[in-house]
Amino acid sequence: MMSVLPYLVAVWIFLTGCYGIVTSRNLIHAVGCLAVCQSATYVLLLAVGYRDGGTAPVFSDVEPGSRPVVDPVVQALALTDVVVGATVTALLLALVIQVSKRHGTVDPDELSELRG
Amino acid sequence: MTRRVRRWVLAVGGAGLAALLVAACPALPPFGGATHPYGDRVVHESLARQTANTIASVNFDQRAFDTLGELGILFASVIGTVVLLRQTRDERRAAPEPAAVSLPVRRYALIVLPVALLTGLYVVAHGQLSPGGGFQGGVVAATALHLLYLGADYRALENVRPIGLYEVGDALAASGYLVTGFAGLLGGTAFLANTLLPYGTFNTLASGGTVPLLNAAIGMEVACAVVVLLARFLDQAVEIEKESGS
Repeated sequence: MMSVLPYLVAVWIFLTGCYGIVTSRNLIHAVGCLAVCQSATYVLLLAVGYRDGGTAPVFSDVEPGSRPVVDPVVQALALTDVVVGATVTALLLALVIQVSKRHGTVDPDELSELRG
Repeated sequence: MTRRVRRWVLAVGGAGLAALLVAACPALPPFGGATHPYGDRVVHESLARQTANTIASVNFDQRAFDTLGELGILFASVIGTVVLLRQTRDERRAAPEPAAVSLPVRRYALIVLPVALLTGLYVVAHGQLSPGGGFQGGVVAATALHLLYLGADYRALENVRPIGLYEVGDALAASGYLVTGFAGLLGGTAFLANTLLPYGTFNTLASGGTVPLLNAAIGMEVACAVVVLLARFLDQAVEIEKESGS
C-alpha cells in the first residue's frame, strides 16, 4: 500500500481540482482550481523520483557517493512545471480581468451568449 | 446544459477517470525504490562537469534546449499579459494617491527590502552550487522591490521601477541565453552544448562551464518578467479606471 499511496494522493488532488473547475461559479476560483490540478503533477513527479533515505541531489555540502540522492530529472521537471504554471495563471487572470470589464460578470454560467 | 446535467456528466466522467488512474498506479515504479537509471546518469554527468547542483546541470546543461522553450513560454506570456492589460480607449489613468502606512509596516518593509533583494541575487549567483538558481532567485529579487509598495506607496514603487527598462532587460536576458547558445555553435560544437568554457574547480562560483552564464540570463529574465507582470496587474488595480459617462 505504501508503495502506491503518494500516487493515489496525486490522483485525488487532480480529481479535486477537476471537480472545482466544473462546479465553479467564479472564473478566479476556476483559475485557482486549475492550479490545484497542476499541483497534483508536482506530487506525482516528486513521488516518482523519491528514493528511500535519499537527500537533495546537491553536492555543495554532501560528499558525492556518500548518501543516496533522489532523482534530479523529475526535480528539474517540477521546476519547469512551477514556472509554466505561474505564467499560465498570470495570463488566465489577465483574461479574467478583461472578461469582467467587457461583460460585467465573472460567473461562467452567465457568459454563454456571444457578444460582438 | 443545466447544472444538474453537468454534475452527472462530471460524476460519470470523473469516476471513469479515477478508476483508470487508480488502476495505473500499481504499474508505476514502487515509491522510494532504488532504481533510477536516468537519475544515476544525470548525477554522473553533472559531477563530470564540476556542477555541484545537479538540478542546475539538468536545466542549464543537459536539458538547456528545453529551458530555452520554457524561457519562450515565459516571454510569450509576459507579452500576452501586456497586450491584454493595456489601457483601452474608454479608460483613463488616474494619478495614484499617497496613502498612510502604519509605522511598523513601513519600518519592517524598508528593513527587509535590501535583505530580500540581496538574498535574491545570492540565490541566482549560487544557482550552480546550492539549491536555487535563476528561476527562484529572480522571483525573490523581483518581489523584494514590491515591498516598497507595502512600505511606502505606489508612486515610490513607480520611481524605482521604470517599466520600459525592465521590458528591455527581459528581452536582453532572453537574447543573452540565445547568444550563449550560438557561441557554442561558433565554438565548433553544438547549439547550447556546454563545451566552450573550462569546467573549473568543483563547488566554486566559476564552476560548471556555461551553466552560471545561462543561470544568470534566466535570473535576469525571470526578475524582469515578474516585475513587468506585477506592474500590469497593479496598474489595473491602482491607476486605470473607466472613464465616467461611457
